[in-house]
Amino acid sequence: MQASISIHDSPELRYVLRLADTCLILAQRLGQWCGHAPVLEEDIALTNMALDLIGQARALYTHAGDLHATLNGVRYDEDQLAFLRDERDYFNPTLVELPNALDGSAAPGDFAQTVLRNCMIASLLVLVWTALLRSNDKALAAIAEKAIKEARYHQQHYADWVVRLGDGTDVSAKRMQHALGLLWPYVSELFVEDAIDRAAATQGLGPAWSTLRASWMSQMQSVLEAAQLQVPQLNAFCSTGRCGVHSEHMGFLLAEMQHLQRAYPGAVW
Amino acid sequence: MYTQAMDTAPKDATPAVRSADEAALQTRFDARIDAGEFIEAKDWMPAHYRKTLIRQISQHAHSEIVGMLPEGNWITRAPTLKRKAILLAKVQDEGGHGLYLYAAAETLGVSRDELLEALHSGQAKYSSIFNYPTLTWADVGTIGWLVDGAAIMNQVPICRCSYAPYARAMIRICREESFHQRQGFDALLTMMQQGTDAQRAMVQDAVNRWWWPCLMMFGPPDDQSPNSAQGMRWGIKRISNDELRQKFVDATVEQARVLGVSLPDPALQWNAARGHWDFGAIDWSEFWQVVGGEGPCNRERLSARVNAWQAGAWVREAAMAHAQKHTIQQEAA
Ligand SMILES: [Fe+2]
Ligand SMILES: [Fe+2]
Repeated sequence: MQASISIHDSPELRYVLRLADTCLILAQRLGQWCGHAPVLEEDIALTNMALDLIGQARALYTHAGDLHATLNGVRYDEDQLAFLRDERDYFNPTLVELPNALDGSAAPGDFAQTVLRNCMIASLLVLVWTALLRSNDKALAAIAEKAIKEARYHQQHYADWVVRLGDGTDVSAKRMQHALGLLWPYVSELFVEDAIDRAAATQGLGPAWSTLRASWMSQMQSVLEAAQLQVPQLNAFCSTGRCGVHSEHMGFLLAEMQHLQRAYPGAVW
Repeated sequence: MYTQAMDTAPKDATPAVRSADEAALQTRFDARIDAGEFIEAKDWMPAHYRKTLIRQISQHAHSEIVGMLPEGNWITRAPTLKRKAILLAKVQDEGGHGLYLYAAAETLGVSRDELLEALHSGQAKYSSIFNYPTLTWADVGTIGWLVDGAAIMNQVPICRCSYAPYARAMIRICREESFHQRQGFDALLTMMQQGTDAQRAMVQDAVNRWWWPCLMMFGPPDDQSPNSAQGMRWGIKRISNDELRQKFVDATVEQARVLGVSLPDPALQWNAARGHWDFGAIDWSEFWQVVGGEGPCNRERLSARVNAWQAGAWVREAAMAHAQKHTIQQEAA
């Protein structure tokens, strides 16, 4: 069995990993839809978003590997970073790791929850990438420039679906409202301010996600309004994936994703 | 490959009674086919030609989308990010092939929903190769190398099919299929040349399991293929099953040597007199068993498609309802 790598705890590295892991882990969930979506066109669209996210994650991991080398001389490649960390060293927000049907209602997923999550995350990523265009880390700014076009497309595509399903039939409206009730509590975490974000903002590396909250909320509110959905209240619950403390679902996701890399030490794929 | 339709369907009876008008149209149609002309959707065609094409194109389309399942099975477990991206792109292409082919079938006057209904009820078939399971990562590479490789052999001649919309769809598809084969071969080559003993054993095991089913993809021997002659006559089929199978074996033996895997056939031997590789007898009872529904994954594959369709009904209904509301609002404004 291949052992885990250890990750330097510099805030700057974690900041980049948060974004990279967000892309990878959501892509992992989208990959589960392949061959099972409600219509062929949407099967292809989900795969397409997964592909874009994988591309973004790869660029970010390669950059994180470079950063790691400057921190302590150990350079990791994209696959070591993607496949050989312990669960606690993944820093994506909990929202992206949740199963495609959090309530266990359907395998491989509930399309309502999937389109809603895609819309929520793509909206967030558009804001993150936009701010990163001004990063003083030139490599990061270059990644953002390519990624932002993809994220805008995903945002538009899935906002359209949220509206279509929210304002479709009685059944679809009910399903969308239910999906919103399941996923909305995970919004709080996205915009928690902490030392990692503050350091990134101070250094000019990238935005503290907390500063994106107002824009995100107003964009989401207009989508949800067009979809005729009621925006739930945010209560005390706050997930903690961005700090490496995940949901029960993450372990299974990683076990599946890491299986070959772990089981075949020394293998070349 | 994906076109076992003519082989596995019962022998068609030629319609007997025809009007004088129709006989004249038929004569003109036959002349066009003989002259190697392409038939377009708006052109007159015999009902039997239309029916055969619908059956073949839809079976091909169904094969593309059912074929997403065995490889899709490995997306979440792909061993590197690069391989994951390649696999996603490949499976996405197969979905795209399904789309082009359903569109080509629709030019013949059937809807995609009707075709899917026939798949879901078990009335329409898909290529039986997809009823085999993908058990290891090497199966993914082997499918690219052998299954897509066999598909290319089979599909390149269809680019010259007499029915133009089908031929055009096939031209687009064949361009992508060669990438599919290369990525599969490359994945296996990496494991064989740079990998560990365990990986090499994994590749050999996969090749052992897929080799014979891949030879069956070309359909039954020519003397047992009831509708082949008619297909040839119409320019829907261009090269016989046995010829294609031989071409595939001849090409693959050399590739296997480059890879460093053996093919699981002790009778495989170069025949200088024929200028071809001889190969052992195919177990056709296995083929008919799998076509008949008793392969390792028939039930799972079909129920995966049926479940996806049924579970997605509310989404399709909502999209339609939303579009209708929207047009009404626009008309009112
Ligand atoms: Fe294909
Ligand atoms: Fe293919």
